[in-house]
This record gives sequence, structure tokens and C-alpha cells, in this order.
Amino acid sequence: MSKKNNEILIEVKNLKKYFPIRKGFLGGETQYVQAVDDVSFFIRKGETLGLVGESGCGKSTTGRTIIRLYNPTAGEVIFGGAEIGHMKENELHPFRKKMQMIFQDPYASLNSRMTVGDIIGEAIDIHNLATGKERLEIIHELLHRVGLNPDHAVRYPHEFSGGQRQRIGIARSLAVRPEFIICDEPISALDVSIQAQVVNMLEDLQAELGLTYLFIAHDLSMVRHISDRVGVMYLGKLVEIADSEELYNNPTHPYTQALLSSIPIPDPEVSRSQQRIILEGDVPSPLNPPSGCRFRTRCKYAMPKCAEAEPIMKDVGGGHMSACHLL
Amino acid sequence: MKNEKILEVKGLRTSFFTHVGEIKAIRGVSFNLDKGEAIGIVGESGSGKSVTSLSVMGLLQYPGRVIDGEIHFKGQDLTKKSDKEMQSIRGNEIAMIFQDPMTSLNPVYTIGDQIMEAIRRHQGLNKHEAREKAIEMLKLVGIPSPEKRVDNYPHEFSGGMRQRAMIAMALSCEPSLLIADEPTTALDVTIQAQILELMKDLKDKINTSIILITHDLGVVADVCSRIVVMYGGLIMEEGSTDDIFYNPKHPYTWGLLKSIPRLDLNEKKRLVPIEGSPPDLLKPPKGCPFAARCPYAMKICMEQLPEYYQVDENHRSLCWLQDENAPRLEVDTGVQRGRA
Repeated sequence: MSKKNNEILIEVKNLKKYFPIRKGFLGGETQYVQAVDDVSFFIRKGETLGLVGESGCGKSTTGRTIIRLYNPTAGEVIFGGAEIGHMKENELHPFRKKMQMIFQDPYASLNSRMTVGDIIGEAIDIHNLATGKERLEIIHELLHRVGLNPDHAVRYPHEFSGGQRQRIGIARSLAVRPEFIICDEPISALDVSIQAQVVNMLEDLQAELGLTYLFIAHDLSMVRHISDRVGVMYLGKLVEIADSEELYNNPTHPYTQALLSSIPIPDPEVSRSQQRIILEGDVPSPLNPPSGCRFRTRCKYAMPKCAEAEPIMKDVGGGHMSACHLL
Repeated sequence: MKNEKILEVKGLRTSFFTHVGEIKAIRGVSFNLDKGEAIGIVGESGSGKSVTSLSVMGLLQYPGRVIDGEIHFKGQDLTKKSDKEMQSIRGNEIAMIFQDPMTSLNPVYTIGDQIMEAIRRHQGLNKHEAREKAIEMLKLVGIPSPEKRVDNYPHEFSGGMRQRAMIAMALSCEPSLLIADEPTTALDVTIQAQILELMKDLKDKINTSIILITHDLGVVADVCSRIVVMYGGLIMEEGSTDDIFYNPKHPYTWGLLKSIPRLDLNEKKRLVPIEGSPPDLLKPPKGCPFAARCPYAMKICMEQLPEYYQVDENHRSLCWLQDENAPRLEVDTGVQRGRA
């Protein structure tokens, strides 16, 4: 595939994001939520990296920190060779238009008092890309591209359905001609029959415009469908990352295995014969994560070593990385 | 005991009378449920699947009203019951679990108090006995150290534990019918697997009949023996789980099966979406509600709603394509037998 060139667009090195929890109104910062803790990965130009995990695992925080909606606590984010993780806002400005985001909730992420044209045009104005007639033409072209009628530019978001709103969100993200788009659960608020429409459109746009995606979702079947590579997160840590076929066919981390086996398969015979690994209990609090391997409290293979030392990422073959003491 | 009908819904019509007009949420729905059976109602938002369950429970809120039809539960017509009579059935003989365990528990009462409320009301146990029963129920649904947890407030429970507590509450009076409306949609997959396993287990233990409402075909394939597919306020197709997956006879069911990516198959195919969006039930189309999005729609589909065609004894489809004068179609949905 031509998609698979080896140029790396984004590299994340030892990224950490801690959120302070203040106790009392006078006392200092006593505790930290370790939302993302020492995560490293890269994304090649033109590929889609899927990021999966359960709620609270830090997948959205990772995305938001990369795009600098949050400032990283530690670590580096390298975008096209430049370290942007600790840049000042004025230095960051030219990078802002190279990175865009599509949000989960198409009802909350569009300003209900602005017309669709102004929602899409706002970024064009901020980056001084076009004015007047040219600006309008860009907006019409974008609406056309995402399968909406250009006449819809004068309407307000409430006049559209969920799927159409998500298309508006996508058009907005494309307005500044970005290279990289973070899709944070872009389809989970949509109906099943509409999800496929949006996913197909994202794939088409990627092929046409050479976009790079970070696709964050908890729907593992959809992530496998759209991603070239997939990373699995648990409690702020990246536990396994591999090519998507490899990860789904040959998961090595016990958490990935459990996660994959818990997905209900829409095929009754397969579903009946499915061997499920049912995990006991819940995800521990990220305020006070377990020592050593964070998954050990729910892992059926846990050994004394797992409590003592934190497993490091190992290459188990062909770039398939996994962090487990069993390997 | 087989084939004893516990619930029989006949020609149910429910509308919401809003200031812009009558929204016909359910436009004539009939189905049965046997004792100990689990059926799934599948459909997307606005298909009428939740309104069906609220109608059965008698929980429709103003401006919604059942305008026609009968709901026979153990031989009594629920649509004819007064609010007071419904209160003695609801929570006792018919129980319900909702999607969001966060908002369906009362934050200012302990979990135990909320479970005990139903037990004391319907079973006349005293406070001490009810507490014992509540602890027993929490144990049944797999809450660790239930004798301590019974005094916790909902915020001290995680999402999965809250849903377990909801199930404990729903099952505390050993209802003969449990309606679960998207019980796992708000939960993570590993927790979803725990809850589904629990529901299957409890169905066998208590012999409760279950109506599982969901948009996830994977969930019904796992739990239910029969599936009702709804769209635009009507049942499009009904059949055994195997019929619906391996021998579907309605274009909407085909569309649903084709639009979901499959985790268990290796070849990566482009998804086939259902184009367009669901109909406006304020002005429902004259013909089949799916006709506007149906790639096989014929002239008659736009003009007239078909009758149900029986594919076989327990399998029916609301589609003109089943008519003997319609063209025969072979559609590959990608779901086949023998993949296990």
C-alpha cells in the first residue's frame, strides 16, 4: 500500500499528564490523577492509529494533550520534527491549523447560536486564510465534500440530525487544511446505520487529502475496521500496540485478550461458542494506581513480580509491542 | 410449561400529543413473550423500541398516551388498569432496568434503602427481613462484601456496580417479566460482558422472562432467542435469533447486518451504510417507513404499507418483497452459518 510510507508525522515520547486534585479550599495540591503516565508511540504520515480502552484509561487525555488542548506534565510531542509539547502559544499558532479535532457529541460541539457557515468559517478567519467570496466558496466546497447541501450554510445546527451535525464537525475540522485529525469517539453518539456513513466518509477523505488520523474509540470492531495500527490503553498506560490485524489475531497482553473476548459478536453461532474471559471487578482509581503492573489486580496470571516491577514495552516481533512480565 | 404466554401485545399504538402535532411513535405493534424466554427488540433511536417498553410498564409521561391496542400480562389487560393497580404490578411482577444507572438511582438514599423500598412495599417484610433480603440480592448479583456495601450511597459504587444494584433491585421481588432498556450501553465492554453473563445466569436461575432493548446486534445474538426488529414505529421483522441473522427477509435487517464491522472475520471490507435518515413520525410516510432509504424499494412501497408475510411459522416480515409477485432477491449480508 502506498499509505505505508515510513515517514513519521507524530512522535510521542514519555508523555505524562497529571491533573491535580485540591483538597480543602486552603490546603495545597495533595493528590494527582495520573491520567496519562509515560506513554510513547508514533504515527506515520497518512496512517490511522486507533486508540482503545475503557472509560478513564486516558485515551482522550492523550489525544487532547497531543493537540495541546492540555499542557503536558512531562514528555515530548514531536510534530513533523518540531517539539510542540512545551511551545509557547504564539509559537504554536502555525501548528494549530495543521492539527484539528472531531468531537464525540455532535450536539455539544457546535455553537447553537452560529450558522453552519460561520462555524466552519471561524477557523478560516482566525488563521486569515480567506475572506469574502473566496471564504464563502471554501465553505460551500467543504459542505459539498462532506455530503451536505451548500445552501445549508445559512442554517443553524438545531436544524440538522446527529449524523449531519457530525458531518458539519468534520467540515469544520477540514477548513484549515490540516494534516492531522484527532477523531475522539466520532461515531459513538450516532445510530448504527449512520455510523457506517461517517466512517466511510472519513476513509474517503483520508484517501483524497492524505490525512493522518488518531482514532479514539471504545468500539473495538469499528477501530479495527478503520485503523492501520491500534494501541490499547489501561489506567493511563499504553499496554500494547501493533498492526491492527496482528493485534486482533494475536493479542499478547492479558488485558487486550480480555477486552477482545468481551466484545459481543453479531453472529449467534459464533457468539454461543465464544470463549469469554470475564474480568473480575472494576478499574482501580487513577488517583492511587496499583504498584508495578497496573492491570495486576484484575489479571488472572498475576505473579509476585507484577506487584514489584513495572513491565516495560517489549517488541514481540515486527513492531508488535506489549508491556507484560509474562513475555 | 413451554409456550405459556406471559405477555401479549396486540395492535399497540402510542402517540405523543405535542404542540406541533401528534407524533405517532408506535403505529400498531403486536408481539408475544413466553415464560422464561428472552426476546430482543432492536432498532435505532426513534424506532419506538423504548416507547413500547414504557407503554407496557404504564410509565408514559405526558403528552404520551396509548391510543389503541391491548397489553395482556398474565391474562389481564394492562391498558385498562388504574394507576393504583399498575403500582402493585410495577416493580413486583414487571420490573425494569434503565440505560443510565447513574441517573436512575436516588443519590440521597443508600443502595440498601432503595432495594428495601420495593421489597417492603410488595412483599410486606419488616425492616430487618427486608435488609437481609437486600443483602442476599446484592450477593446474587456479585457485589463483594454485600453486608457492608448495602449501606453505601450510589456515588460510592462504580458504573458496573450501580447497574448490578439496579438489577438486584429489579429482581428483588422475583418479577415474572424484566424489561431491560439498553442495560449495558453506558458501560465499558469488560463490564458489559459481566452484566450480560449475569443476566443470562439469572434468567436460568429465576426463570424470568426478559425483554432486552438495544441497538447492538452483538448483545442480542448473545442473550436472546428471538428478535423483533423495529423501525419507524413498526415491527419490520420478527423471528428466531438464527432466522434474523442467517435468513433475514427484510431490507432494513439486511442493511443493519451489512453496516456493522465484524471483529471475527479477517477480510476488511468497506462498510455498506444505510443511506439517508429515519422518517419524521410527525408526518409518517404513507407507505413503508423504510422505503425512502431502501435500495430495493418499488412503486407500491411508497404508496401502501404491506401486511405481514409469514416466512415460516415464527418468522414474519413487513415487506412487499415477500409478495409472490415481487422479484426474488438473494442478498449477502456477510453473516453465515458455520463460522463458529
